[in-house]
Order: sequence, then C-alpha cells, then structure tokens
Amino acid sequence: MRNLPGFWIPKDVSWEKFTKQGTQGTMFARGLKRKSAEDGEDVEGGLAGAQAMPSYSLQRQSLLDMSLVKLQLCHMLVEPNLCRSVLIANTVRQIQEEMAQDGTWRVVAPQAAGRAPLDRLVSTDILCRSVREQEGERPAPDAGDGHTPDLVPGLATVPSAQALRNPQSSLWEVDSSRENRGGFQKSLDQIFETLENKTSGSVEELFADVDSSYYDLDAVLTGMVGSTQSGHGSGLQAFSPATAAPPSSSCRSDLGELDHAVEILVET
Amino acid sequence: MIPGIGVLTQDTLWCFSQVKGTIEIGATEADIISTVEFNHTGELLATGDKGGRVVIFQREQESKNQVHRRGEYNVYSTFQSHEPEFDYLKSLEIEEKINKIRWLPQQNAAYFLLSTNDKTVKLWKVSERDKRPEGYNLKDEEGRLRDPATITTLRVPVLRPMDLMVEATPRRVFANAHTYHINSISVNSDYETYMSADDLRINLWNFEITNQSFNIVDIKPANMEELTEVITAAEFHPHHCNSFVYSSSKGTIRLCDMRASALCDRHSKFFEEPEDPSNRSFFSEIISSISDVKFSHSGRYIMTRDYLTVKVWDLNMENRPIETYQVHDYLRSKLCSLYENDCIFDKFECVWNGSDSVIMTGSYNNFFRMFDRNTKRDVTLEASRENSKPRAILKPRKVCVGGKRRKDEISVDSLDFSKKILHTAWHPSENIIAVAATNNLYIFQDKVN
Repeated sequence: MRNLPGFWIPKDVSWEKFTKQGTQGTMFARGLKRKSAEDGEDVEGGLAGAQAMPSYSLQRQSLLDMSLVKLQLCHMLVEPNLCRSVLIANTVRQIQEEMAQDGTWRVVAPQAAGRAPLDRLVSTDILCRSVREQEGERPAPDAGDGHTPDLVPGLATVPSAQALRNPQSSLWEVDSSRENRGGFQKSLDQIFETLENKTSGSVEELFADVDSSYYDLDAVLTGMVGSTQSGHGSGLQAFSPATAAPPSSSCRSDLGELDHAVEILVET
Repeated sequence: MIPGIGVLTQDTLWCFSQVKGTIEIGATEADIISTVEFNHTGELLATGDKGGRVVIFQREQESKNQVHRRGEYNVYSTFQSHEPEFDYLKSLEIEEKINKIRWLPQQNAAYFLLSTNDKTVKLWKVSERDKRPEGYNLKDEEGRLRDPATITTLRVPVLRPMDLMVEATPRRVFANAHTYHINSISVNSDYETYMSADDLRINLWNFEITNQSFNIVDIKPANMEELTEVITAAEFHPHHCNSFVYSSSKGTIRLCDMRASALCDRHSKFFEEPEDPSNRSFFSEIISSISDVKFSHSGRYIMTRDYLTVKVWDLNMENRPIETYQVHDYLRSKLCSLYENDCIFDKFECVWNGSDSVIMTGSYNNFFRMFDRNTKRDVTLEASRENSKPRAILKPRKVCVGGKRRKDEISVDSLDFSKKILHTAWHPSENIIAVAATNNLYIFQDKVN
C-alpha cells in the first residue's frame, strides 16, 4: 500500500474496499465532471435560487482557491511571512464562515469541485508535480490522478460548519504523524503548525496533507469529511520519501524537529 | 516663518537634490534598500539593504560661498552588518536583509546605531580615526619588526594626522531571542534600553547585556491553531520611558505601561476604529492591517499606516483617529488583483516632519505623498530619474481614476506596482527628505530662496 503512488489508503479501509472505492472514486470524480458539464447552468442557477448570487459565489470560490494556493508555497527556502499567512488564513476562514452561513457550503461543494476543475487542476497540478518530482515520485500525475486534485477545494468545502469548528483540529499535534486528515480547518491548522516548526519540508508535507484529503473519498461519498478519522499514516508515507531516495536539501520529509535533526546528522 | 520648517502650502516646493544608487535596471536584489533613517541631528543618513549592508551618508558642512547649495550627503561609511545564515535545525535560510536601523543619540565622538535582520540585532559603533601613531621603536614604518640589535635610541611615538578613516565595529550582538521575524526596534528615551519586536513577542534589552532580554509582550496563543493576529510594529514613547505602543494585523494599536506589570499583555489603552459596514469586503481585514506606527515628536499623537490610509490618533482618544488621509483610494476597486499579485501585503512606512505638521508616506509607481495637517493640503510627488536635474522642482503628480485623463495625469491601470516606495525618512529639523525607490536613494530638499 505504501507503494501506491499518489493514493493513500485509509487505515480502516481494506484493500478491496479501497479498490472498489478507488474505482468508484475515479468514476465519481468523472461523473462529477460530466454531470457538472451538463448541468452547469442548473447548478449555478439552483445555488441560491437567485440569479444575482452565482457570480458572487464564483468570485468567492475563486478567492478561496487563490488563498489556498497562496498558503501552499512549496519552494520556500526562507521562513514564510507569518503576518501574510495569518491574513490569508483569516480571509479563508471568513469565506468559509460565510459559505456555511448561507448554506452554500454543502450544496456547492461537490458541484464546485467539478465546476471549474481545469483551472484548479493546472495550479495545483503544477505545484503537485514540482513537489512530487523533488520527492522522487512519478513526474506527472496521470489523468486519473489529475481528477482527484480537483476535489481539493471542493472537498475542502464539504465539511459542515460543525466540522469547521470541531475539536478535531485540536487533535493536530506537532509531533504526531499527520494522521488526522480531512477537514479544511485542518489545513489552516497545519499551516500554523508548519510555521511553528518552520521546516521547509513541512511545507511539502503541508501540501501533501491537503493532497491527501483530496482522496478522502469516503468523506465525499458520505458527505461527512470532518468526522471521518481515516488514518493517513500509511498514506502520508506514500508521499513522504521517508525511506525512499534521500530528499533534496531543501525538501525535508515529514519529520518532527527532532527526527529532522537526527536525519541531518545521519545523512552527514 | 521659521526657515527650514515650513508649512506645506503652495509656497513649499520640493526640489531634487541627489540620488544614490545604480542606474541600470538589472541591479541586483541585494541592492534593494530596505530601511532609511536620519540620526537625531540629521547630520547622518543611514540605509540598510537586502544584502545586509549598511551605508551611512554624512552631510557636508555648508559652505558660505555656496548659499544656494545646501549641504549634500556623501558616503561616510559602508559596512556589512549582517550575513546570510542557515538555521540547520529547521533547514531554512535566515535572510541578511536589514529590516530596521535606529540611531542612538550621540553621547561622545562616536556614532552608534542598531541594525537588525529577522533574527539578530547588532549595535554598531562608527568612529573616525584621523591620527595615527608614528615613531615606534620596535616596528618600522611599514609595521615590520625591527631587529633589536639595530636599535640605538629610544623615542616616544607621536600622533600625526592621517587621512580620515571611518571604521564601523560591532560592539554588541543581541541574538537568539526571537523565534519569529523581527519587524521593529526602538530605542528607549532612557538611552539604556531598547526593544525588539517580532510577529508574536516583544523583548526589552539593556544595551550592555547581550545574553538576556526581558519578554514584555507575548501574544502567542497556547494553541498555534488559534493564531489570528500578529504584531506588526512597535515603538517607545519619545519621552516617557515606561510607555510604548504596538500595532497589529487587525488594525489595532495598544499602548502599554511597563510599570503596570512585568508582562505587558494587558494594554493601558486600546486604539481601534469601528469598522465601516458599507465598506466591508473579504479584504477588509487585510487592508486594515497596520504596517507602521510612529509617535509624533511631541509624544501626543501616533500615526499609523494601513494599506490605503494614514491615520493620526490622539493618545487621549481611543475610539477613533482624529485624522484620516487617503493615500491611494483608487486602489480600493483593485483589491482583488492586488491580493493576487501579493501587493496588498506591502508594508508601507510613514514619517512625521520635525514639527509634526506634515506627514509623508509612499505609494506605487515611485509616488510618495505628503499631507499637511494644518492646511489639509496634500501633494503627490515622484522619485524618478527624469526629475533628476539638480535643484529641479518636483512637479505634483496626479492619478486619474476614470473618465477623461488629462495630459499630465496617469491612469490607475498604468501604475507600475513593482516600483513601490516603502521607506522614507524626514530630517529631524529641516525640510530634507530621503526616499528609497528600490535600489536608489533620492534626497529632496525644499527650495531655498
């Protein structure tokens, strides 16, 4: 399972289930796209019932996407600007809260995922690609994989308002493995933990984390992203080159500070 | 009218005086000026750059022969203040960029300044040497040791004049006290202590002690996930050594009194303007983030700069500023683009003139703005090579917002957002200003009649 590139397998999901799910997931994703392509207009129109809403939602969604991309800078040699990160994160939270309030949160999400997949695909894909190249993984995600990143922001928007504030985020500890995925709130918390630790590798793993949530198909299917505690330990390993080729000097794998220091010592 | 301290009426004309820096467009990033500061007399002007260098200019003595030429600033000393470092534990580089320079008041023949990068503050001593000892017994003129057998007489070395040499030596290094990036340093009016502020904490130092500092403000939440606000700037009161202010990314200013408790997490005063609900957008918080806070020379007011405005606050009124000046309100409709290209996070500084009657701040397209608090007049000027003829009077610039563009106006869409004036300085007593435009330093003076 560790060797499956690009996919992590939830701990509590058996291989068969995953396979079926994986297929379903892909199909689901494709289905999403097809559906949205057909029903694009309807979806938009049905969003809030008023024609005035759609363009605002689009703007808001694209602002959300832009903010997420801004928070995920893979090639950082210097510590990120904390003030900027905090301001962007606050903006994202604001959008989340508004989307939760006017009920577009759940409704929009799955469709939103498929709505404008290509734009997101390009940005996240390019970012993904460069990260994965450095981590020695396959150079370019194939079409199948390509779809799933679409779901990121969509998935990210799936969690309910409760999920946003749920204490799941408090489970996010500095040195524990990145086991608790899912929940957009997570991403923000991870960002701050990352900034706290300030490991450049954690920027990749930060990004990897968000990637992983893309594959939280369980959540998509059941509509309960926030609550699923799918373990991602093994999945993360698939991303991190912990045992793979030695990471480049500027991209450290997912290690705590102590592990990190040990790794440096061992490598030298 | 006091000569030199003018009120910014239509009578005050600003002229080009000097420009320092390279002309070519491909100047290296290391040359980008990151801080500008006059010393307390205005005799010296210091700049710091991204490459960790400090360049100090000294004003030449005004000569009676050339009354029309006010003293020019020439290079006095250049030194490498900070070097790039690598944090091995975190695998991250520590930039050598000089974030701030602050001068200490002069107490003897030497000059002292504090310079800081993201992590380390250094105290530099800049002193002149214009004499050297000559006539050693054991060394010859080139410094080579003489064979003692050849020495037959003894003489007393004498000090002889030499070409002036200015040397800068690091006298103190204040390191390892900041986990986050230092954004401000401020010398206390007691001249014995100073503070350094990073995103989440403020430390108080004694100049003599480098291995410990007192933490006086700490806004780091126990849970980093709850972080929503950071410290953006801090400054000591110019006269009351117990008071200081710090600003936040949420547009608030807190005045703290160090006598109240050791840890000043509870403010004495809290300055915040209520939000205008009609102007609310997703960018409201970002543009309210304060990028600079400065006490007036009198100590009665504080000035804050956020993305679109400069505000003056009376220390005795916390619920709103007494004055608000629009720097470039035409950008309000462009906030989304400015968010996309990150310009919305640019940190502009602001300065008072010597008499606290005029305030100045920078903008884009190498424009900078001055606001006269008394006449309520404002002017937009440009720092560019085109206006660089000696004593050429700067022509006011205007940005046209829409509709018909007049001949000399520039439209919002033509503004060059890569040319930003973030750092400016005003001479403490005269109408001389220093404006940093990327890698060039412009010095302007008011017209001498």
